[in-house]
Amino acid sequence: MLIFQHSRPGRRARAQAPKEKAGLDAIPEQFLRRSRPRLPEVSELQAVRHYTRLSQKNFSIDTQFYPLGSCTMKYNPRGANRLAMLPGFLARHPLAPESHSQGFLSAMHELQEILAKVTGMAAVSLAPMAGAQGEFAGVAMIRAYHQARGDGGRTEILVPDAAHGTNPASAVMCGYRVREIPTLAEGDVDLEALRRALGPQTAGIMLTNPSTLGVFERHIATIAEMVHEAGGLLYYDGANLNAILGRVRPGDMGFDVIHVNLHKTFSTPHGGGGPGAGPVGVGERLAPYLPVPLVDFDGHDYRLLTEKERPESIGRLSAFAGNAGVLLRAYVYAKMLGAEGMRRVADYSTLNANYLMKRLRAAGFTPAYPSRRATHEFIITLKQEAKELGVNAMDFAKRLLDLGMHAPTTYFPLLVPECFLIEPTETEAKETLDAFVEAMVRIREEAREAPEKVKGAPWTLPVRRLDDVRAAREPDLKWEPPA
Amino acid sequence: MPFIPHTEEELRQMLETIGVAAIDDLFDEIPAALRARSLEGIGPGLSEMEISRLMQEKARQDGQPLCFIGAGAYDHHVPAAVWEIATRGEFYTAYTPYQAEASQGTLQLLYEYQTMMAELMAMEVSNASLYDGASALAEAVLMAVRANRGSKSKRVLIPRSVHPAYRATVRTIVRNQGIELEELPYDAGSGHTDLEALEGHAGEDFAALIVPQPNFFGVLEPADPMAEVAAANGWLTIALVNPLAMALLKPPGEWGGAGADIACGDGQPLGAPLSSGGPYFGFLCTRQKLVRQMPGRLVGRTRDLEGREGFTLTLQAREQHIRRSKATSNICTNQGLMVTAATLHMALLGAEGLARTAAACHANLGRLVEKLTALEGIEPRFAGPAFHESVLKLPMEVAGVLRTLAAHNILGGYDLQRDYPELENCLLVCATESRTDEDLEKYAVNLERVLASRRQGACATMVRFDL
Repeated sequence: MLIFQHSRPGRRARAQAPKEKAGLDAIPEQFLRRSRPRLPEVSELQAVRHYTRLSQKNFSIDTQFYPLGSCTMKYNPRGANRLAMLPGFLARHPLAPESHSQGFLSAMHELQEILAKVTGMAAVSLAPMAGAQGEFAGVAMIRAYHQARGDGGRTEILVPDAAHGTNPASAVMCGYRVREIPTLAEGDVDLEALRRALGPQTAGIMLTNPSTLGVFERHIATIAEMVHEAGGLLYYDGANLNAILGRVRPGDMGFDVIHVNLHKTFSTPHGGGGPGAGPVGVGERLAPYLPVPLVDFDGHDYRLLTEKERPESIGRLSAFAGNAGVLLRAYVYAKMLGAEGMRRVADYSTLNANYLMKRLRAAGFTPAYPSRRATHEFIITLKQEAKELGVNAMDFAKRLLDLGMHAPTTYFPLLVPECFLIEPTETEAKETLDAFVEAMVRIREEAREAPEKVKGAPWTLPVRRLDDVRAAREPDLKWEPPA
Repeated sequence: MPFIPHTEEELRQMLETIGVAAIDDLFDEIPAALRARSLEGIGPGLSEMEISRLMQEKARQDGQPLCFIGAGAYDHHVPAAVWEIATRGEFYTAYTPYQAEASQGTLQLLYEYQTMMAELMAMEVSNASLYDGASALAEAVLMAVRANRGSKSKRVLIPRSVHPAYRATVRTIVRNQGIELEELPYDAGSGHTDLEALEGHAGEDFAALIVPQPNFFGVLEPADPMAEVAAANGWLTIALVNPLAMALLKPPGEWGGAGADIACGDGQPLGAPLSSGGPYFGFLCTRQKLVRQMPGRLVGRTRDLEGREGFTLTLQAREQHIRRSKATSNICTNQGLMVTAATLHMALLGAEGLARTAAACHANLGRLVEKLTALEGIEPRFAGPAFHESVLKLPMEVAGVLRTLAAHNILGGYDLQRDYPELENCLLVCATESRTDEDLEKYAVNLERVLASRRQGACATMVRFDL
């Protein structure tokens, strides 16, 4: 039932709006709205009950194992939420003067420093509001750098074929052509193809390392050398930073610019699809182009630097200073981990992934890259199951939902047929991983004995499989009251 | 290891299963030269109690001043239920609803949000949100350039009365795609866009015209004639509006003869606390026929195998994870949690509650302006009608006045001279429904004192100068 169907004319949550009706005499008639928007008219309890019940139709980290590859669905500490929502932080206006901002700015400055240190970069801007906006900012900085040098012929960005879709889309938003680089059978970038693709037209390359294939790019040092030799720069997509946090720093791998997904590695909530935060870090030569605002400390006071103080900046990405509340949560998390805790993130996320891969393999499932170590995630391919049992990765995914686990990422990366990209994260206990293996084995058994059970899944959720074709052919994107 | 559950015994068992001696061995594919640097300068981890003390100190340090700044972020009452429910783990810790059957809560909520936002804007469709108002305006510009098939130009008209930080953000985001922004002046007397200057562009090829309502000065723009000029010249109209104001003011879908083509803005006034500027959310609505040019997630209602109603992400062929370099935008996440809050906020206030809130803001601004312009030397700068923000001209430089007020824990407004050099001594003030009569009085009394003491200070300087 939709909230609109609880609505009755004249019903209101009376505690929530001003009691008195104020007049509008100063606004001439032609500016005024003639008819009321059809918003729900419900009591406070009706709204609370409706949305509480909707929440119960969701899977979430707080309620289920959520091994969604490439998304790093780990525990989001409640303390970080509580502390970011202290009244003083919630009430601070984004344009409050520095005299009333030292507490907030000091936290932001320290977060900039922590992120720079843990990634091995010279400077960090917290401005980007999501990973994709970080990518945009990073590529825009690459462009600004080449332009400032009068190197206008660099029109192409290289992207491995396994990359996230945001990589090519971000490069295009910055006015670049995209050229894809193939991947070799063991998951590394094809160096020969890379060599052929590099040239005076190369502005840079966007890489995720560990890659979206769940393996570490072993030739990263060579790649960095080749790209730099050709006059291009290296962009690090921080999607998989969780795998190497405190173990390997992108700056040491030769990257010139990076973004970090704080909603992954620094455990800020995914919130049903945002808000995220995608701070960017750069080496010395890109530092002048960082997006504003930046937080500066002169040894006494903290202040925000804007276009005025940073004339070469690529500019502003939001009206104010990015997703400040998300940044505060990441700050709390980083402070709770400390240096040692960060390293353990990499250690135990890698341990969990390798353990789970080993156990699934022992149970007869097929890793996509059997000769390789897992990083914080790995891929299995259900090609064989699809062929022999007639159940595909989507069927497995839907049946997992029945068994109380969120499905791994399915059908991404596109290179591997019938794939599951599985990322257990460091905050899951061994018994949860064991239960996942049991669930996979059980589903395969069911596929042999009663395949409809798997192909028809899910059975136990609020809805069964949905008609996506109908949704796209006859889009129903807005509720209309019955005529 | 604050959040890692492994016992020593489990670690041993797991390493044994994998067949390695130590965790270090799991990193053996990483070239040794790249491994194991120390993280100098990042201190030891803190317990929850320790970090709580630190954060409480920082929050306290910034005080809770009495705030009369608006300029794109507004201090409204948010019902307690909004964030109590939005931070339930099932909303707070879920991800983008790719597995629709396991995400019906978020999906249905987004469908309800799309309906409410489209209703508020009187538009046919809304997406499931973008990052913030400024980046939503940039996405609207990109969308208009794609969607306006009749226009060969990549030029867009943007009034100078649009928020300066929005204009800056749009420039950053569209610059590399060869899109040009042509600024329109505002009328020095009324503070709204100069209609003659706009009509001077008649016959030229633009992809779109941006119409802010209210504009950055709080002044109401002549949205109807502006949208009509756009339509007559084959330009799309992009409405940039305050969603709360739309509970009272004529919504974009009703502007001019045919309505705006795209409506966007910042959703902050619908349930998001000020929170230093974010997270807020951007909204974007359009006509049905332009929906395939729209950026961002969309949720549709459909049926399941048994014919039951259900909700799913739809029209994904526009998006980066399918289309890669040919997508309508690189956007991946939206601002789901903020939309959860906004949906609750709109459901709890309803049309009547939003209209009352907007009217109370308007009335409060009227009272504030009356009190402040009663002081010697302060005048309203613009003649046109305003919503909940207004420009005042002070008898002296604004920056110094604001500093002294801040020392008395009052944030007196926004100094317009920073972005508009011609608006000398001009202050943008805001009063929402959450400022009381006592608050307004406190501001007026303090401002009077500050003006008086600074006048005296100025005289003293002159006297010394004379000597």
